[in-house]
Amino acid sequence: MFQWFGKVSFVPYTKVSEFARHLKDGRLTGSRCKKCGDTSFPPRADCGACMSGDFELVERNGKATLHTFTEIVAAPTGFEDVAPYTVGVADLDEGGRILAWIGDTISKDEIEIGMKLQVVPRIFEEVEEIKVYYSLEKPGTTWGVAPPPS
Amino acid sequence: MSRVGIIGIGHGVFGRRSDATVQELAFEAFRAAMEDAGIERGTIDASVIAAVPEYHKQRSVAGVVQEYLGLNPAPTWLTEVACASGSAAIRTAWMSIKAGVHDVVAVIGCQKMTELETAEILALMGRVGEVQWESNFGTTFPAYYAMFAKRHMHEFGTTREQLLQVAVKNHFYGAKNPMALFRKEITLEKALASEDVASPFQVYDCCANADGAACVILATEDKAKAMSAKPVWLDGMACATASMSVLRRPHLVGLPSAEKAGADAYAMAGVKPDDIDVADVHDCFTIAEIMAYEDLGFCKKGEGGPFVSDRQSYIGGKVAVNVDGGLKAKGHPIGATGVSMTYEIAKQLRGEAGDRQVPDATVGLTHNVGGIGQYCFVQVLRRD
Repeated sequence: MFQWFGKVSFVPYTKVSEFARHLKDGRLTGSRCKKCGDTSFPPRADCGACMSGDFELVERNGKATLHTFTEIVAAPTGFEDVAPYTVGVADLDEGGRILAWIGDTISKDEIEIGMKLQVVPRIFEEVEEIKVYYSLEKPGTTWGVAPPPS
Repeated sequence: MSRVGIIGIGHGVFGRRSDATVQELAFEAFRAAMEDAGIERGTIDASVIAAVPEYHKQRSVAGVVQEYLGLNPAPTWLTEVACASGSAAIRTAWMSIKAGVHDVVAVIGCQKMTELETAEILALMGRVGEVQWESNFGTTFPAYYAMFAKRHMHEFGTTREQLLQVAVKNHFYGAKNPMALFRKEITLEKALASEDVASPFQVYDCCANADGAACVILATEDKAKAMSAKPVWLDGMACATASMSVLRRPHLVGLPSAEKAGADAYAMAGVKPDDIDVADVHDCFTIAEIMAYEDLGFCKKGEGGPFVSDRQSYIGGKVAVNVDGGLKAKGHPIGATGVSMTYEIAKQLRGEAGDRQVPDATVGLTHNVGGIGQYCFVQVLRRD
């Protein structure tokens, strides 16, 4: 189901595809190595520290700080209809970095490097197929979370 | 350790070359390099072709180039590491000579970028980043460097004017290079009035796609001394990598691959940044040249902005940088660019650069970056 992830998906198959299901259910997850405990965001199936392939996805709190950003005017294929849009890179409080759109809770003139952010799971509602992503929003922004899978 | 020398150099005109195929472009540069070296094709033991395949309709372009140059049945192979393919080709040619496999190797960087439709270009542009976690948010090539620029401005106070001073300088010198795509000087005011691309970048922060080719011919030390009156020596040859993803870089205000490759190349050649008289660095975007000054030790981290606005990278400054116009004014046919850099530095060290000659240049450097810094190749070149 990894093709759910992103307005345009270039990667339908991956060993961390459950990430997309969690995102649809309102949870941001990263990977944790079951052998050495090393964590990663973005998640990876194969541990960068000890090389083990035994991993699990664990929920992240999504608290972050803006590292840098850009407003993209000249958009590539598949993104022309949403341009201009602002992409940010943020440092996650729990480790790792994330790249995402800066969402509509933050106005253009409020954006500054160093600002606190909340990563929020999102679903494109205007399309029929399942399309999920996440955005960078003001701290305290809430969203609906589905119950964990039984 | 024996050295590897450059015995011939050639360069075609960069631009929108709707008059020529990729192999015809390659031939222009190859013929010029062969005439420069004063050798016949039978002397060439092998060739290495640099080109980025996805821009060409012809698949496996090394084959058609080798045939058109008339080099069959000599061996050839293609190297590809995005925009650093040219330097990778020189590195593999250098390695084959160092290993004693070949004595004389021609390196041809060639690229035809204007064969593709705009839609195909836009689709390719959307896949320059890491496609699993980044490209699905619509990132582009300029967007990554724009984010480096924003962070550099935040940490060090680098200004829009300082960024665009890189473009002003490179167009100033591009106007003196008959091989350049843009041969016109520009003003800061004109650059500041250009269209937005990805903030803070405008059109004049970005280099342009182009068609073109360049060629260098390398030989063993003994053969270079016998065959050339003015060999230029590849004395520092380094290459390093950094993560594809900007999410896994230690910092975003420079290229870790360039810091490492620069340090390694200086050590191998036994020189310091202060020894470099002339350099060609990878100015795909204005911030890229400013980061290169810092990554290569021409100035301290964070001082790249003032370095260009104080004219330290002009001829007569601390180190002359991109006095062939750089990618910015010369154009960036991605497979050819690294070879074009080595061509320019060899020309400078031979004292043949005409209007843009750096007086008494003896030690030069090339800095060729692939993608957004995943790969970086640094060469230190010297004349006797």
